[in-house]
Amino acid sequence: MRFALTEDQAALRDAARELLARECPPAVVRKAWDGGAGASPVAAVWSKLAEMGVVGAAVPEEAGGLGLGACDVVPLLEEAGRVALPLPLVETAFVAGPLLAAAGDDGAVERLLAGDLLVACALDGAAEVPWAGDADLILVGERPGGPVSQIVGSHGGGATAGADGIARFGGALEPARSIDTARRLGVLVGSAASASGLVGGDDRGADSGPGEPPAAVEPLDAPNEACVLAWQRGALGTAGQLIGLSRALLAMTVTYAEERRQFGVPIGSFQAVKHQLANALLGVEFAAPTVLRAAWSLDSGAATVDRDVAMAKALASEAAERVAATALQAHGAIAYTTEYDLHLFAKRVWASARTWGDAEWQRARVAAALGLN
Amino acid sequence: MDLTYSDSEQAFRAEAREWLEANVPDGLASGDTAEGFAQHLEWEKRLYEARWAVVSWPEAYGGREASLWEWLIFEEEYYRAGAPQRVTQNGIFLLAPTLFDVGTPEQQDRVLPRMAAAEDLWCQGWSEPGAGSDLAATKSRAVRDEAAGGWRLTGQKTWTTRGAFCTHMFGLFRTDPESERHRGLTYFMVPLDAAGVTVRGFERLDGDEGFAEVFLEDAFVPDDAVIGEVDAGWKVAMATTGSERGLTLRSPGRFLSAAERLIELAAERGEAATPLLRDRVARAWIDAEAYQLFTLEQVTTISEGGSPGARSSLNKIFWSELDVRLQETALDLLGPAAELDGPWSRGFLFALAGPIYAGTNEIQRNIVAERLLGLPRK
Repeated sequence: MRFALTEDQAALRDAARELLARECPPAVVRKAWDGGAGASPVAAVWSKLAEMGVVGAAVPEEAGGLGLGACDVVPLLEEAGRVALPLPLVETAFVAGPLLAAAGDDGAVERLLAGDLLVACALDGAAEVPWAGDADLILVGERPGGPVSQIVGSHGGGATAGADGIARFGGALEPARSIDTARRLGVLVGSAASASGLVGGDDRGADSGPGEPPAAVEPLDAPNEACVLAWQRGALGTAGQLIGLSRALLAMTVTYAEERRQFGVPIGSFQAVKHQLANALLGVEFAAPTVLRAAWSLDSGAATVDRDVAMAKALASEAAERVAATALQAHGAIAYTTEYDLHLFAKRVWASARTWGDAEWQRARVAAALGLN
Repeated sequence: MDLTYSDSEQAFRAEAREWLEANVPDGLASGDTAEGFAQHLEWEKRLYEARWAVVSWPEAYGGREASLWEWLIFEEEYYRAGAPQRVTQNGIFLLAPTLFDVGTPEQQDRVLPRMAAAEDLWCQGWSEPGAGSDLAATKSRAVRDEAAGGWRLTGQKTWTTRGAFCTHMFGLFRTDPESERHRGLTYFMVPLDAAGVTVRGFERLDGDEGFAEVFLEDAFVPDDAVIGEVDAGWKVAMATTGSERGLTLRSPGRFLSAAERLIELAAERGEAATPLLRDRVARAWIDAEAYQLFTLEQVTTISEGGSPGARSSLNKIFWSELDVRLQETALDLLGPAAELDGPWSRGFLFALAGPIYAGTNEIQRNIVAERLLGLPRK
């Protein structure tokens, strides 16, 4: 029994933290609000992540990646959260990387490893597709009634086309403004809103305009198990990002509470503020081990992996939302501006806490696993 | 990363499970009543005879030299088997770690075997009428008696759990009359049958005579009753609150088993277990798991030479508030039957004490904010 990162895992995480702190300060996140992934400093961050191997971290070695497991990669995704990285790292590196390799799509994998492929995920019948505005490939997920969700298809980018089972989507993907503009949200319009089961997305490369005609969703030629695991990596990776976002928000708030003086003393010396922040930390500290455990369950093929991922995402989502609300309140009015950086992190929390399964939905999956439903 | 137990740890679990399943008593009265305490003592002595009373202690004192991992396993199995809360816990989990750390070999040999065998029963003399959360306001004093080679203790301790049934007390007394706050306090062990000691038991919220106040008037204790240095009692007391055994007061096994029972209760309640209630049951189970995982991280840290330090305050807040939520959920599942005197209503009343004892959660939140987050004290 040893429940901690290995030295190698910690070293890789630290290296990623250093790179991201240097390359992706809040000023760069702001660039993504205006220009998306194409804005030059944002694109540079992605290139550096690809160079370091982070983008291909979860791609098997025989396919040219680092072949790392969830216990290695999730800490990196936490670091991406810590800087509010305005790019779909979870979707590209953690969901798509191993899945495209499992599907034998060498071309897509090659582009991904080179940092030339950004992936978005259209999930669970929802019309909103985060990162769609930047994506070269949209993976399509479904939630078929039961507790198991999976990635079932793709559009664009050249994932293997299958002859049958193609679901068609009769609407279009239009850019929409997310509360977190950096996420370059796309929304499926028309019949997509009422589409059940599969929904497909439009291939929106950097040059394509909004509202292009829809096209077919192509089934992925990957084993079913790989598709299920891909969905779980999406939920787990997002949970990891939420932990990182939470830690950044807490650090920012502690710094401010030490500096900001009212009534002649730092506001952080007031118990009313201390206890709120202690509660916020408590949520993060008890969510983080469940995220790491779910990573272990994924890597070791545990029978409880679905339940463990669900628990991790539920706790991470709730913890991050509590941190965001507390951080805003402890700052006061300054954080209720867009000039101050806090909103870059808080909005990512609010947006991503509810993708890949919100806390309540994930908890229902745990309840089902416990025989409570 | 390795979340599996070794073969020898699994064998340890199997041995503990087998013995507990064959030996755990049914239906003991509360250990905080005179009748129940006697029943619990019999159970404690059986644990001791089978060497399960203090698994992590040296064999010479009745233990098995178990690792912290094995201790966790034992606790899981103990509560899984439905075994009762330990009436010896304040000696075993609070005084003993201090003696192992700073006690003399003579003190260890004298006190620990009798503690393990439940022959001496220890209560904690921290709180006073004017010193609760503000422990450094301790006024009880000890005056040097050079001729007799010891100290004379005078003062009043209160909220002393199971004080009416215990034989001994450990506590802080002011040895330097000029001192203030944390300085000038000394850590003493006091036999409750010493001349000048009067114990008055009184009822707790749950109706059991679980509390006592202890009056001391010139009660004599010899020099070997002092643990650590004279006037260094604060440091001695605090050294173990954040130590590895800081996590031993409430092991995860206790809440994991309570959460399993809650799931069973929800199943028994059928339709009365509404979707909203079932969501709360799932929450309680998830939180018990989270507490278990947090503990596994802590034990890893300790096993590799680290110290949980102020992180033990996170434990204390989390388990005590989890316990309340869990018991409240059970009461809501029971509906009108919740007010009946029974295991869940008693569990609920007991849980309400959790956020108060062992340092109120308000104090713990101050510690978390100041020592973990680094917020300014003033």
